[in-house]
Amino acid sequence: MPAEIGTVLVTRRFGDEENKQITSYEANGGYKIARAAMAKSPEEIVDQIKASNLRGRGGAGFPTGLKWSFVPKDATDVHLVVNCDESEPGTCKDRELVYWDPHLLIEGMIIAAHTLGAVHNYIYIRGEMMREYAVLVKAVEEAYARGYLGDKIMGMGNQACHITVHRGAGAYICGEETALLNSLEGLRGQPRLKPPFPAIKGLFGKPTVVNNVETLMNIPFIVDQGGQWFADLGVGRSGGTRTVCVSGHVEKPGVYELPMTITFRELIDDICGGVWKGRKFKGLIPGGTSMPPLDESEIDVPVEFDALMTDERIKPVEVTAGVNFDMGGGRELRTMAGSGGIVVFDDQTDVVALTSRIMGFYHHESCGQCTPCREGTGWMDKICKRLMNGEGKVGDVDLLGNIANGIAGNTICALGEAAAWPMMGFLTKFRSEFLAKEVIGKSEDGEGEAA
Amino acid sequence: MSLKFSDEATSKLEVLYGRYPSKQPVILAALHLAQKEFGDLRDEVIDLVGETLDLSSAHVYGVATFYTMFRRKPGGKTSVRVCTNVACMLRGGYDVLAAFEKKLGLKKGESNDDFSLIEEECIAACANAPAIVCGTKYFLDVTPDQVDEIVTFLKSNPHPESEVA
Repeated sequence: MPAEIGTVLVTRRFGDEENKQITSYEANGGYKIARAAMAKSPEEIVDQIKASNLRGRGGAGFPTGLKWSFVPKDATDVHLVVNCDESEPGTCKDRELVYWDPHLLIEGMIIAAHTLGAVHNYIYIRGEMMREYAVLVKAVEEAYARGYLGDKIMGMGNQACHITVHRGAGAYICGEETALLNSLEGLRGQPRLKPPFPAIKGLFGKPTVVNNVETLMNIPFIVDQGGQWFADLGVGRSGGTRTVCVSGHVEKPGVYELPMTITFRELIDDICGGVWKGRKFKGLIPGGTSMPPLDESEIDVPVEFDALMTDERIKPVEVTAGVNFDMGGGRELRTMAGSGGIVVFDDQTDVVALTSRIMGFYHHESCGQCTPCREGTGWMDKICKRLMNGEGKVGDVDLLGNIANGIAGNTICALGEAAAWPMMGFLTKFRSEFLAKEVIGKSEDGEGEAA
Repeated sequence: MSLKFSDEATSKLEVLYGRYPSKQPVILAALHLAQKEFGDLRDEVIDLVGETLDLSSAHVYGVATFYTMFRRKPGGKTSVRVCTNVACMLRGGYDVLAAFEKKLGLKKGESNDDFSLIEEECIAACANAPAIVCGTKYFLDVTPDQVDEIVTFLKSNPHPESEVA
């Protein structure tokens, strides 16, 4: 049976200040699952994770069990790295998760490290999360003091497990896993060309698994209650619950852990108290600003990973009117579940202003390594700004679509898509609003006023 | 070399060296500590970090200038990071930023002795927009009329980012 509203796993201790103390966490059964997992073989645990249909909660939705199985069987010096660099605009779950339940993350890491044979493990936390950094450092120290971390953990043979909390210093791109690895190694946070993939050659050149905070926090539940149980909570190929962060123009914004089957409309109306101030819904960003938006006709789709990619009620993203964007091999792009950051906007919102802010962000955060992204995000930012300033030129809207199409697929990392997809997505869904800002300006060649 | 890390910072670095296969990965922690001890990352500080970690100054400079939390010039005691990204923008983040600019007499990106005012990208507090982070303290669901009170509070209770370095 799919989860019902009220079935919560990773957010169950939200609001419980006491839980951050290891004594309180232990009193509620904490670390028992990790202890039991030490007696299980890595193969047994990977099989359970695979059966659970757990998919990465950072953005890509990649099956976690499969990711773990890419690490070569005979590998030594494996590293587990936690991506706690949450920076995708609209996303605020991982920060809350580590603040309220740091020991659940550590317990998930201990199980994952045992499964992967990883000894030296790292939590890469965003530099701006200073409050959460302090919480994590304290929790890790407590776990060492109680013997859950160290050279011989929990008295189990010679197994060692170490965790180091590594603080970033302000760079969105470090949420990209290979940029994160470079940053962790003491370099500028620029993404690496793949292959080799981190599972083969990652941190310090060794096999590495990079997992999101929420992903790892689900591991203890799966190991405790079984992969099939977790798969049954979800639907199709997506197991478990879905933690979403709802912001923008709703009456009750918040971080909510919900069944995969809930639709965006139910989420807004039933959970978030509807659109604020009695206004009408205009659109939403479904999974952080890098995901193409949905309009009013598209929000009866569930928040589940596959639905957002394939449900035909969601229009394919276009490069220009009538020409679909090709993700490669003729594949259409609808949208993706992304990071769970859902930003709702009402009917009084200037969509061009919103898009302009998003393009300004990606321009600022481009690492500068690849020309299509470095230059293209700057051009899109500049054109959006001139549309906003009443200086739009005839042809600007098509130009924006063409630039975005030229970035996507042509960069080392996904920041290119992260900027290009919403650009094309907003144009696809709200094209007339962009065009309305074009006609008041001059044409590109400066010849006369446009109609 | 005239600059030196304090004994406290040196011992923190010593502990960290044991956590990685070489000294290079300690660079962000070392830069955070250096910014705490010397206020900013001027050339001599970059040289000190390089010397300490056996890295070239060019490498340290490259890293220090890649990350937005590091500053090459002095700043205020408290960095006020006001988010204006979409979730905050939709609920008045720019009005809050404008209220800070007016109250502090600073434009975004500028500093005085007490404050550095920074327009920040998404700080992962979207469900409580508009949001501000100052060191370990968040101000959530902020309205422009609360800005006076926040400034008064921070003036007598500075929240330097270096407290977690």
